[in-house]
Amino acid sequence: MEPTKFRSPTPSFPEGESALRAPDPANQGNKAEENPVLRPPAGGAGRNPSAPRRAGRRPVVVAFEKCVEILIHLCGISSIVFVFGIFFFVFREGAPFLRKLDFGEFLTSKYWIPTSQTNPRYGAGALIVGTLSVTGLAMVIAVPFGLGAAVFVSEFCSKRTRETLKVVIELLAAIPSVVWGFVGLSVLSPLIIDTFHVPVGVNMFNGALLLALMSVPIMVSIGEDALKAVPDSYREAAMALGATRWQLVYRVLLPAAKSGLLAAVLLGVGRAIGETMAVLMATGHSVRIPGSIFDPVRTLTATIAAELGETSKGSDHYQVLFLIGILLFSITFVVNLTADLIVKGIRRK
Amino acid sequence: MKQTMPLLRAIFLGAVSTLAAGLCHPAVAAEKKIIRNIGSDTMVNLAIAWAEAYEKVDKNVSVEVNGGGSGKGVTALIEGTCEIANCSRTFEDKEIAECKTKRGAEPKEFMVGYDALSIFVHKNNPLNEISLDQLGEIYREGGKISKWSDLGVKIPGAKGDEIIRVSRQNNSGTYHYFKEAIVGKKNEFRLGSLDMNGSKDVVELIAKTPNAIGYSGMGYATKEVKQIKVSKKTGEPAVAPSIATTLDKSYPIARPMFMYTAGEPAAYLKKYIDWVISNAGQKIVAETGYVPLPKK
Repeated sequence: MEPTKFRSPTPSFPEGESALRAPDPANQGNKAEENPVLRPPAGGAGRNPSAPRRAGRRPVVVAFEKCVEILIHLCGISSIVFVFGIFFFVFREGAPFLRKLDFGEFLTSKYWIPTSQTNPRYGAGALIVGTLSVTGLAMVIAVPFGLGAAVFVSEFCSKRTRETLKVVIELLAAIPSVVWGFVGLSVLSPLIIDTFHVPVGVNMFNGALLLALMSVPIMVSIGEDALKAVPDSYREAAMALGATRWQLVYRVLLPAAKSGLLAAVLLGVGRAIGETMAVLMATGHSVRIPGSIFDPVRTLTATIAAELGETSKGSDHYQVLFLIGILLFSITFVVNLTADLIVKGIRRK
Repeated sequence: MKQTMPLLRAIFLGAVSTLAAGLCHPAVAAEKKIIRNIGSDTMVNLAIAWAEAYEKVDKNVSVEVNGGGSGKGVTALIEGTCEIANCSRTFEDKEIAECKTKRGAEPKEFMVGYDALSIFVHKNNPLNEISLDQLGEIYREGGKISKWSDLGVKIPGAKGDEIIRVSRQNNSGTYHYFKEAIVGKKNEFRLGSLDMNGSKDVVELIAKTPNAIGYSGMGYATKEVKQIKVSKKTGEPAVAPSIATTLDKSYPIARPMFMYTAGEPAAYLKKYIDWVISNAGQKIVAETGYVPLPKK
């Protein structure tokens, strides 16, 4: 999650060559300016003794400036410290079990029976399939809606509609996930049984629908930023060449904002993979390889949430749950890394 | 999540009472007695409710509750790390002998209530009774029953014939009791059941799912679901779950809950257990969804 989040402003610049270069000198310019701004108070004290009142203050100002600088520096590196700290602690709890575990079986076996007295089996295969299938289906639903809404908000609607839409979309993002889960359990579940004539209402489709609703707001706001960052000159040029509005969007804006839109989608994916409470309540929490989108499934996150609370610390079950945590960590890491590489690849062209 | 709450509360309660004891004036602290009450997860909700209520009864005693399972309570009692062990089973002979050698006295048993499981189905389900064998075939890995038609049942308004098995997360006490009593100690649950995270969730899901069957504490019954009668073997008369049938032991999936002390309990322990067995304590048993002892 984190790395992409920090990057999000970057890909929102269009990757046209001029645009790519423009921000960089500007940034360097800022840095160059910063130093002189910082220096005069330090050097100026000696040069200007005719102002005794200010001269007395300057060391304080300098000290203050230094403190703020250090503080901001700490804020900057704190996220790195936190990420590595979390990774370290999760790994420390889970890693001892790696020696006892057949890793291939852990990843592929569908038998998750960690509390069996006779033969406990730790196969996360069904859970991995569960997480990936729910997330995948959620993206199939969310990407057209999210990006479509982003295009509409940024290109088509009037200023007033836009303001209303943005507020409503932000409201959508503010709904806590447990509320989504409740909606899934009590509203969507009977609705799905009636509409699709399936035996269970809490299933992959239910969970995916909720995850889609939860990730759409992120996609819309970041996607809209990406489209907004395409210079108006692109639009004017396309219009001048006689393009219709649809041609403008399809041929000019989407390619120009490609990396930003991709970042929007991948952030949505990150949100969906990490979501716990809503999927715990709405997917049916059932260990199985789903045969259709209306089968109940169980995700990695929901398994941790449901089982960690009652395992004794240090037991095999406890350690294997942390191992699942490491697995989740790795999946999101790969997603973010891919996003980064794609975005960089596009920008280099 | 719900299931973790009692545990957290237990830990919190324990921490708070230890802290309170530590912070109190030494004279007061010396007077205040602490009862360490460890054991069965099935009983942990009840034990916490008792502990909270007892604070008002006797201000000089504070009860610290911890779950972890009946086995953990037994070990703690033998090792002397708790005063009262909660057990949803009786002590085994080996454990009694061990307690004798280590604590110098046999464990003394107090029955404090019953725990009965109900089998729930959707209210439209025409099924009225089920046997333990049939339940085993439904829930066990390799079991033969997976469709409602296998039981000769057609549910009006249901989509499909599949039995949707509702179960509990794999470390709840109810899950383990059900496994022991119905699935069998050496067998495993068939994977693919919907594993709910609390007794109440089981009932709520069944209320919304016509094809579902599930188990939960008797106290969790609502009007939205149907409790069915249970027989020991197919063909034998089935018994409806109730306080009366639990007490006369005709209802097959119920078990007594015990408290154990090492030898004769000291006065302050005896006072607590007597209160638990009294009408005030038994009222809490009924309120938390368990079956109270027969009225004297």
